Amino acid sequence: MIQFIVHDEADSVGVVVVEGVKAGQELTGWVMDQDKTIKTKVLNDIPIGHKFALVSLKNDDTVIKYGVDIGRTVSMIKVGEHLHVHNVKTKRW
Amino acid sequence: MKAEKFLGYRRENGRVGIRNHVIILPVDDLSNAACEAVANNIKGTMAIPHPYGRLQFGADLELHFRTIIGTGCNPNVAAVVVIGIEPGWTKRVVDGIAKTGKPVCGFSIELNGDIKTIADASRSAKEYVHWASELQRVDCPMEELWVSTKCGESDTTSGLGANPTVGNAFDKLYQNGNTLVFGETTEITGGEHLVRDRCRTPEIGRKFMETWSSYNDFIMANKTDDLSDSQPTKGNIIGGLTTIEEKALGNIQKIGKKCQVDGVLEPAEMPTGKGLWFMDSSSAAAEMVTLCAAAGFVAHFFPTGQGNIIGNPILPVIKISANPRTVRTMSEHIDVDVSGILQRELNLDQAGDKLLESMLRTCNGRLTAAEVLGHREFVLTKLYRSA
Repeated sequence: MIQFIVHDEADSVGVVVVEGVKAGQELTGWVMDQDKTIKTKVLNDIPIGHKFALVSLKNDDTVIKYGVDIGRTVSMIKVGEHLHVHNVKTKRW
Repeated sequence: MKAEKFLGYRRENGRVGIRNHVIILPVDDLSNAACEAVANNIKGTMAIPHPYGRLQFGADLELHFRTIIGTGCNPNVAAVVVIGIEPGWTKRVVDGIAKTGKPVCGFSIELNGDIKTIADASRSAKEYVHWASELQRVDCPMEELWVSTKCGESDTTSGLGANPTVGNAFDKLYQNGNTLVFGETTEITGGEHLVRDRCRTPEIGRKFMETWSSYNDFIMANKTDDLSDSQPTKGNIIGGLTTIEEKALGNIQKIGKKCQVDGVLEPAEMPTGKGLWFMDSSSAAAEMVTLCAAAGFVAHFFPTGQGNIIGNPILPVIKISANPRTVRTMSEHIDVDVSGILQRELNLDQAGDKLLESMLRTCNGRLTAAEVLGHREFVLTKLYRSA
């Protein structure tokens, strides 16, 4: 079963695509563009559709998804940590 | 394209519709009550109430007329009864719709009052319904179908599944020679360079960037924060979308991998040829779909993540979702379930074909979820305050 999806292997985030993911779970993911399977342990409960970091990010790092810049971190984010509006902001507005 | 034909209504100007509405169209807010009374009197008609049409001026007034006249001209509409408070602007709308050759007449309320206007307009509406009810669907070549797209209440599954499904269908329709449109100017922000690179000529690319920059300048001039909860919306954020850039990159999956952008349209402007058009438009669902209907589009692809339930009175809206939770909890709103993409049970090519199959059935007469549930959100775009 696919529990998360990554658009491109250069992306810094994975998207959870199942309900009920709990902290500490090891998830199986599919990297679409390269058609690969990877595994990552998540550090938080993560709702369906939400993202977690696939790489360790420093404060004010750029977050990559679809191989493109989607914003900047406003705190440090660990591998497997929930990544959303509390720790990432737009660069545009 | 598997299907070469669909069953549509051939209108007087040669365009093809997939619905056969007789509409009672107000020029202004004051005429809503009379229009609704006529629609109540005469079964088989539909009133299109809205809140504007008074004291507008300049480009905003032009957009009002373009949208109201365009709505009447849409090939999904067989005939139109127009009602306005006074005869001048009423005639302007009637004359605009009459250019299509379809039956249209106008009534004004001043010097008559609501009751006489309703009686007179009801007699005309009754004749139109008798006439329209005898029109027959005929075989129409698939390439004559005009299809619009706009997504709503998006989440991360939109960018993974539902929007790429529309993209796959758009690639196939583009190849087939159909007329297509996308828009949502603000919601390209973060992916505007990718859309520019898809424009067929540098000139079209320049026009696209001018349009996008102008809307972005308006946002920058009026914003009071980083637009959190407005764009992305609260629903988008609940669904996992974090920034406008992420939302935009998901959004533009709807134009597929092969389509090129063949031109840029003003809001509610009708395309002048086949291909894929970008329309300068609000990203609010009902505003954008209303503009698509006014520009002459007759079928709409609406991918959703969290479950936007929008419909339109004259443009059938086909809902597509890849979010398994939305498909389970809001099944009555979803026409095409592509959640299998997320488990690799369905590939994009199969998902695109599934959408095209649903489109064909909708064209041939099957009512969409939004139509059956009575969603008729008709929302005019207003550019600025009235005089």
